[in-house]
Amino acid sequence: MTLYDDLRSMADTEHEKERRYGYCLRVCTAAACVSQHSDSIKKAFDAEVKARGLDEQIQVKGVGCMGLCAAGPLVMIDPVRDNTLGPTLYEKVTVEDVPEIVDALAQKQVVERLERKMDIPFFQRQVRIVLENSGIIDPENVDDYIAADGYQAFSHALTSMSPADVVKEITASGLRGRGGGGYPTGLKWSTVAKASGDVKYVICNADEGDPGAFMDRSVLESDPHRVLEGMCIAAYAIGASKGYVYVRAEYPLAIDRLKTALKQAKRKNLLGHSILNTEFDFDIEIRLGAGAFVCGEETALMASVEGRRGQPRPRPPYPSDHGLWGKPTLVNNVESYANVATILRKGADWFAGIGTEKSKGTKVFALAGQIENTGLIEVPMGVTLREIVYDIGGGTPQGTELKAIQTGGPSGGCIPADLIDLPVDYESLVKAGSFMGSGGMIIIDNTADMVNVAKYFMDFCKSESCGKCIPCRVGTAHMYNLIDKIDRGQATHADLDLLLSLCDLVANTSLCGLGKASPNAILSTLRVFRNEYEAKLLDGHVGAQPEAK
Amino acid sequence: MRNQTNIAAPSDDKRWKLVEATMRRNGYRPDALIETLHTVQESFGYLDDESLQYVARKLRVASSQVYGVATFYHFFTLKPQGKHVCAVCTGTACYIKGAEKLIEEVHDNYGITPGQTTPDGELSLVTVRCVGACGLAPAVVLDGETHGNMKPGQMSKELETAINKTGSAEPVSHTAIPEVMPQ
Repeated sequence: MTLYDDLRSMADTEHEKERRYGYCLRVCTAAACVSQHSDSIKKAFDAEVKARGLDEQIQVKGVGCMGLCAAGPLVMIDPVRDNTLGPTLYEKVTVEDVPEIVDALAQKQVVERLERKMDIPFFQRQVRIVLENSGIIDPENVDDYIAADGYQAFSHALTSMSPADVVKEITASGLRGRGGGGYPTGLKWSTVAKASGDVKYVICNADEGDPGAFMDRSVLESDPHRVLEGMCIAAYAIGASKGYVYVRAEYPLAIDRLKTALKQAKRKNLLGHSILNTEFDFDIEIRLGAGAFVCGEETALMASVEGRRGQPRPRPPYPSDHGLWGKPTLVNNVESYANVATILRKGADWFAGIGTEKSKGTKVFALAGQIENTGLIEVPMGVTLREIVYDIGGGTPQGTELKAIQTGGPSGGCIPADLIDLPVDYESLVKAGSFMGSGGMIIIDNTADMVNVAKYFMDFCKSESCGKCIPCRVGTAHMYNLIDKIDRGQATHADLDLLLSLCDLVANTSLCGLGKASPNAILSTLRVFRNEYEAKLLDGHVGAQPEAK
Repeated sequence: MRNQTNIAAPSDDKRWKLVEATMRRNGYRPDALIETLHTVQESFGYLDDESLQYVARKLRVASSQVYGVATFYHFFTLKPQGKHVCAVCTGTACYIKGAEKLIEEVHDNYGITPGQTTPDGELSLVTVRCVGACGLAPAVVLDGETHGNMKPGQMSKELETAINKTGSAEPVSHTAIPEVMPQ
């Protein structure tokens, strides 16, 4: 019997206890719900259930994100042994509602005024791999994760797969980097695995900087062990003995959960020396970011892990042979790591069967902006924007019309409403003038002024420019001044032409991706919403038609 | 070799022990600089020259580099913050839903722009990058607590409540407080 079997049987014993309850009452304790006091709601449930002597029948559990953040705080009641009542979801729950909910549950009834029906596309259209445990397991309990097949893939890899087998499997799955670029993960792993040197590092990029993106935060808050397991498998595959999670300091809850998870994993010998009685040693440390968007760029991120200013450097040399402290380093995003364990467990073929020909698997998106169902969703690659916005997202708020969909954060672009049937995959989004990005999806309706939206992103790029290279440092400042001038209605066509030539210059001469992509917001809005720009120019053609695409 | 224990803390304030603990945990390695500055700011609220010098000497990092790091990252502040901190999220979702109006409102009522503190040290206004509460846009983090779906007017009330809770004076007098008007 391996050590993992021991861990598993211990976790299953715990789970056995859980099966004795009649119902499991899950309270979302991820950031969006916590900010609406779901932690006090959980405490109130604990007290209420205990006071009524129902603690043998009802298990109260704090869980991760259930996705529908707009309707939070969310409480889910799932039948365990007692099937009288089907799964019930309650929305916008307050502490005052707690006695009523427990009352109803004791009498096997539903509090109709709080119920949120679950037969809506928001829940039915999703395919959950990365989020499979989110909203179900307790993120602060490693046994919960193990009982849900957690660390099984890692243990299997350690005991019955060679590192090369692991890389082969990930390559075969077709997984591509979920941080935005879409570089094949397997190829990245094999490059680092082949690099010479006995010290190698694994880094998890959790510096989720795109405004409007909260996927990584949610995964870390809801299922932190999944990310750690992915990192462990990666470390085994490439031969690293040390890993870092670089996480934004703005995410205190995610950091807390991650710290707890690390402690638990160490205690279970899933991290540390001679992991699971094998010869494999691996340890993970947390490094806090400090609010610099550019640190999402891998060379800047590594500079920051080393305790320096997060400024990028030219590549090559690539991190795969000259990374952290000059050693071969693997940098992947949170969501990429979160896919790894499931791929090994269910097989590369299974994963490759989901999605499109070139984009495999699923993608997590954070839906925000002018949309009914704000929240976190996971959909197979290749679904159309229409399905995401109208079916899953529930469309724009009443009385407004969809105008554009912004993806990819400040480096991405705006996709106009008439491309609503565009399939969501890496190539299609690039063709439409945007890109996948890490998964922020901002829905913009016809109340928005697109010049102003472009100005917002330009302001962001200007203030986040790290200052190392001149095109980006000076260029973004001038681009901002020009678009501000347009926005204030004081510019002419000459200014617009100057802005366009600056866009070209900055895109082609900047050092890193942040600078290269900074003109995207302007270019993508100008292409489709040129009439809005024209309307603001002193010598503009008011009412001009948008250019043909 | 690395015997930095003889460098004394700037004062016998107990909070330096926390800072010292972070450095010790990281073996006084220069790469612990950002971690250490986080602890200093968490303990003292901001980074002053004295603390930067101390950390530089302890970790054997050039003062210029410590200053460089402290000023590079938005999260670090070199100025003391007000008693209350109002952080308006300026992520895309909040921006689309009117975060700018909230900033204007604070400016109208208290005469401060992002990054400033009222002269009486009561209130600091800052803007933060996406706090990830996009479902609650526009969001404001007031003294560490997230308030979602903020409307102009409503936020003024929250601010007043927070400031008055500590028994302190009214909003600064150099600008008259306009009646709360729906925008």
